[in-house]
Amino acid sequence: MNVKQLPWWATALVVFAAFPLVVTNPFWTTIAIFALIYMSCATSWNMFSGYSGYVSLGSAIFYGCGAYTMALGSIHWHIPGGAEQFWLVPLSGLVAMVIAVPLGAVALRVRRHTFVVITIAFFFVFQLAAINANFTGGPAGLSLALIPWQGNSFNTPFYYVGLAILVFAVILSALVRRSRFGLQLLAIRDDEDRALGLGVKVKAVKLTGYTLSAFTVGMCGALYAMFIGQIYPQFVFDPVFDVTVALMAFLGGFGTLLGPLLGGLILESSQQYLTVTYSNGSLYLILFGALFLVVVLFMPQGIVVKVKEMWAKHQLNKTPQLEGSTLAGSQKV
Amino acid sequence: MTTLLEAKGISRAFGGLQALNSCSLSVERGSITGLIGPNGSGKTTLFNVMTGYIKPDAGRVEFDGKDITGARPNTVFALGVGRTFQMTRIFSRISVVENMLVATQRDESWLRGLTRSKSSKGELAAAMEWLDFVGLSRLADLPAGSLSYGQRKLLELAYVLVADPDVILLDEPAGGVNLTLINEISDKIRTLNQAGKTFLIVEHNMEFVMNLCGSVTVMHQGGNLVSGNPEDVRSNPLVLDAYLGGGDDEEELEEMSNG
Repeated sequence: MNVKQLPWWATALVVFAAFPLVVTNPFWTTIAIFALIYMSCATSWNMFSGYSGYVSLGSAIFYGCGAYTMALGSIHWHIPGGAEQFWLVPLSGLVAMVIAVPLGAVALRVRRHTFVVITIAFFFVFQLAAINANFTGGPAGLSLALIPWQGNSFNTPFYYVGLAILVFAVILSALVRRSRFGLQLLAIRDDEDRALGLGVKVKAVKLTGYTLSAFTVGMCGALYAMFIGQIYPQFVFDPVFDVTVALMAFLGGFGTLLGPLLGGLILESSQQYLTVTYSNGSLYLILFGALFLVVVLFMPQGIVVKVKEMWAKHQLNKTPQLEGSTLAGSQKV
Repeated sequence: MTTLLEAKGISRAFGGLQALNSCSLSVERGSITGLIGPNGSGKTTLFNVMTGYIKPDAGRVEFDGKDITGARPNTVFALGVGRTFQMTRIFSRISVVENMLVATQRDESWLRGLTRSKSSKGELAAAMEWLDFVGLSRLADLPAGSLSYGQRKLLELAYVLVADPDVILLDEPAGGVNLTLINEISDKIRTLNQAGKTFLIVEHNMEFVMNLCGSVTVMHQGGNLVSGNPEDVRSNPLVLDAYLGGGDDEEELEEMSNG
């Protein structure tokens, strides 16, 4: 994000902010809330995994922990259903961060495929724990207090809190990219040992990135729990979430700022739409699988990079005079 | 002259292979010291031990009188020991100038990195100045991955220099580059040395080493064989034996006696 792009980002923000004022149908606003949640998670995932190259497939751990913090907090502190519960959203983010510290300290000792496998293993530990522990309500899950908001305006507060989380995630990701810390993450992605030899404290930098990215995902989990009002361990600790978030970032553009937003918007809206319209919960999984193959085979760098490349080519072809003149010039020589 | 960097009796084995066998080396402050030896004699392993990438089984590494044995690479670098790699290692997906900026921090706390932008004006100026020194300043905004092999060598040298280390360890700076560039690199090293930088150079190009280095250490089978000025080393029979015994290094021997 540089200064020249700011008007575009501002326009996008205005469009997103105006959306629920124009479209009041809960069918569409519900889809939009899920899109916001997933866009935030993908951005946040990309802020660590995209920049550092450490592909984590355990982000649902933080989503689930956020959701359970919201549910348990609401129940134990007797918070009535309504706006007061939103205070638990940042707290859930903090809880996710605290959980990320020991997980990161262990998982980040290894690299590449081993790291991916360890994050998946951690994920299943959390899912099993949530299913079997007493305080999580076991497989029956937990229900939150009913929120007494009526009709079409029920979704609006959720939408704006979701948008606030998204704006936070994007700004954080942009700031990280501009900071020394972000540069260190990128250096780690390209050659971790070399970065270490240039004074980068790789362990601390990786752990900080991993922990920071857990914060937003935790907040999203909390918002989800509050919005749905009922959580089940297999839905908040969902392996499909792990893969989806990564797929969104890959589809849009791994390591770019715009990519995960684009990927999240496209995939989550279409998934919600397909699920609701065809009431077939697994149709989107087949499509996602096919899409994943297409992305990996034909544009592994994602939409954003692909479009940039095509644009650059287009610009190059648009100036044939220049090419002609250099050719003529070289012939003379 | 005082000793700036010193390895004393370093031993290190990989499985059954004794890569270093009580090897010693000292680098005088302000010198250009050469480190030569047949392939597999342990030169790069010694570099790795001296810069913290590998922990030795026995022995001591001292920098400026301080014991740095077993210190991590970032600590060693922060103290003032910079190095390049035999296989050039640059950060290919970030820009050339960003490569430079990675190295400018030296000993900054990791928390500071979160709250500051990736470069200050001074750091950017220093980065551009060093890029200019190696002749890469006009490529500053290109992704480093698009540089040629020789340019990568220069970039690696430049980003080590930007952190202003006291001693610089170069692992085959002339390997795989053309003659013009070899001379250019050699000139740069001489200029820097006159400005007070100390160098330790591993190199197979004997002409390069003999012209540049004030003293040369020869390694053989994990130990140091001979140290001295280039002329003495060249005529030492032990050295000739080592290279002949090395088997496939006859070419180097030829170069050595000619050069």
